[in-house]
Amino acid sequence: MENAANKNPIPAPADATFAPTAPVPGAPAGAVAPGLAGEEYKYGFTTQVEMETFGKGLSEDVIRAISRKKNEPPFLLDFRLKAYKKWLTMQEPNWAHVKYPAINYQDIVYFAEPKKRPTLTGLDEVDPEILKTFEKLGIPLDEQKRLSNVAVDAVFDSVSVATTHKKKLMESGVIFCSISEAVHEYPELIEEYLGSVVPVADNFYAALNSAVFTDGSFVYIPPGTKCPMELSTYFRINTEESGQFERTLIICAEGSYVSYLEGCTAPKFDTNQLHAAVVELVTLDNAEIKYSTVQNWYSGDPQTGKGGIYNFVTKRGKCLGKKSKISWTQVETGSAITWKYPSCILVGDESVGEFYSVALTAGHMQADTGSKMIHLGKNTKSSIISKGIASDFSSNAYRGLVRIAKNATGARNYSQCDSMLVGHNSSAHTFPYIETGNAGSQVEHEASTSKISEDQLFYFQSRGIPREEAISMIVNGFCKDVFNQLPMEFAVEAQKLLSLKLENSVG
Amino acid sequence: MTTATSYMLEVKDIHATIGESEDLTQILKGINLSVKAGEVHAIMGPNGSGKSTLSKVIAGHPDFKVSKGEVLFNGENILELEADERSRKGIFLGFQYPVEIPGVNNAEFLRMAYNQRRKAEGKEEADPLDFEEILDSKMKALDMDSRYKERSINEGFSGGEKKRNEILQMAILDPALAILDETDSGLDVDALKVVAGGINRLRGPGKAIVLITHYQRLLDYVQPDVVHVLSGGRIVKTGGKDLALEVEKQGYDWLVK
Ligand SMILES: Nc1ncnc2c1ncn2[C@@H]1O[C@H](COP(=O)(O)OP(=O)(O)OP(=O)(O)O)[C@@H](O)[C@H]1O
Ligand SMILES: [Mg+2]
Repeated sequence: MENAANKNPIPAPADATFAPTAPVPGAPAGAVAPGLAGEEYKYGFTTQVEMETFGKGLSEDVIRAISRKKNEPPFLLDFRLKAYKKWLTMQEPNWAHVKYPAINYQDIVYFAEPKKRPTLTGLDEVDPEILKTFEKLGIPLDEQKRLSNVAVDAVFDSVSVATTHKKKLMESGVIFCSISEAVHEYPELIEEYLGSVVPVADNFYAALNSAVFTDGSFVYIPPGTKCPMELSTYFRINTEESGQFERTLIICAEGSYVSYLEGCTAPKFDTNQLHAAVVELVTLDNAEIKYSTVQNWYSGDPQTGKGGIYNFVTKRGKCLGKKSKISWTQVETGSAITWKYPSCILVGDESVGEFYSVALTAGHMQADTGSKMIHLGKNTKSSIISKGIASDFSSNAYRGLVRIAKNATGARNYSQCDSMLVGHNSSAHTFPYIETGNAGSQVEHEASTSKISEDQLFYFQSRGIPREEAISMIVNGFCKDVFNQLPMEFAVEAQKLLSLKLENSVG
Repeated sequence: MTTATSYMLEVKDIHATIGESEDLTQILKGINLSVKAGEVHAIMGPNGSGKSTLSKVIAGHPDFKVSKGEVLFNGENILELEADERSRKGIFLGFQYPVEIPGVNNAEFLRMAYNQRRKAEGKEEADPLDFEEILDSKMKALDMDSRYKERSINEGFSGGEKKRNEILQMAILDPALAILDETDSGLDVDALKVVAGGINRLRGPGKAIVLITHYQRLLDYVQPDVVHVLSGGRIVKTGGKDLALEVEKQGYDWLVK
């Protein structure tokens, strides 16, 4: 990784640093030679594309350069700089039940984008290698090949490369585009809502994201509209030294509905990549957002624990309107470390927050994940269903907070946190926090820890079902309540993912 | 003794233990048992004598270690095989205490097991609708309500329902050798008839059945060819079906020194 741009940890501020980088590390020589694009595919699953990146390192100048590069309005640069100044004063959180060596924030590339960018008219300008990558991942971006009921925004490293079905969505007034595009097309919405759910200084990683975020998805559903198709964003990390700091904002106006899906993968590297995203959701009166994630970032070498993504993500929804609803469903099967607490702030009276989670850790993975439900409005309701599965040498923690404010009379919460251990070397932990500010509320918490018994496995085996398949069936059964919340297509994918991950686990 | 191949199951001088080092317990102390295709054998014996252990050793439970002896199935030593491989070769164990498996759908489990067997026989997997038909007819024969399909495996099943579910699994898998460990315990009179009917349907020239039981009443419906009494980890007596009647009348004292 010793290329010229990286020797100086803090890059020069000028645009001169936007040099096209060398091919992705480890790529065969000549892989990016122009005109040979068609031949590059035999070289494994890191895509060889011409990228423009900044050198490693973070400074005010780098942030100004990102903003200038993206031609942003002044309010956004102010937003970034404010966040950066806060971030400089903040400490990396250390309360999570995870261990990792200190991250050198000057050793990260904060901007990487493919040289060939899409145009508004279509995919013609997108690097064909990227299109092929997504196709290989099962996400063809060509609208003809797409399932007609799912629109996709594809994010490759720092940048949204394509959004499908935009026109069709526009007919119903639905806006679905990259956040960079939204900054230019709908600056009022961005200025009003960006940072309104996750303030810039909310936490260390959110502040970092607010300072350097490069892209992500933007969704606006107009009043009284049920989004005519599922929306989804697919994130792909490709460059070894780059961090991914995407930013997603979804706004559902009065009486509207959207179901949004998010998927993630990354190639194998021996080093760790930082992924610090922020997702903000807002629902107005009677609106509903259903947000589903299947996260399968590279989780490091299962034997040595080397490499993998640090997934430090802030996801939060605000039920601003009366009777509005936000529902998070997550299936977390990847990342070396997961630090993630999709939460709901229930402001509107009678609003509803839900969190359904399956978190599987295998190999040397570590997860500290859960949810926060903050009840502010009257008669607000929330439920948390969490299923943690720990196998091999992994560690899996549920951490949750249910807070009922003084005025949130009639608020109700139900939490159920179940852990399952596979093998003898893994561990599961539960850290539930409950704060009730009034007597007229009701909070219920249930927790259990179970282990797959030798007799259960023998039962399956005595019926001809191999041990590995037995484990995967039992684990999938354990997660059923959560899978039932996922859209059909995703549920099937999630089950396959779990089985795949468990394949080499000892029973 | 005739040649090895004429027996479907041959248990030869099996010694089996459970536990490690100081906790090591010898449970089976030299068992010999030979069963031919077409035969029904009954194994009786006092509580704790090792009947269930024997059945699990044959089926391949990893907790029990065989310290001596061998188990041949159609002439092949199967002790090195995993339990699922033994099952796919045609060995079935009906459990004395079927375990509950929360969250796993009973019908799906049965389909999975059925397809594993088909794959092993080089046949195509049955599609879900075809399997449903097979399952429905087998359930009907065992007088089982179709709602057992939707429930998790054995979860919340009554004692008798669990046993009936074992026989259902046997009927679906159609094994060459069925070892049924106290499948008759906990059944009411009508259920006993239904379960016995299921066992008799399996019975045939190419099949062998080993019934572990404490009671003559099952043997009234399923007449055994040979009866063994197991005590203290050894077979202490082998006889015809009259041996079961004698045990019923006199208990085991006269057999156990
Ligand atoms: N998992 C185990 N751990 C320790 N001891 C065991 C285990 N399984 C069986 N044993 C012991 O081995 C002996 C034989 O048990 P087994 O279950 O085979 O008896 P059984 O003949 O089937 O009795 P029953 O008629 O009561 O079903 C008993 O003393 C029992 O306690
Ligand atoms: Mg027994």
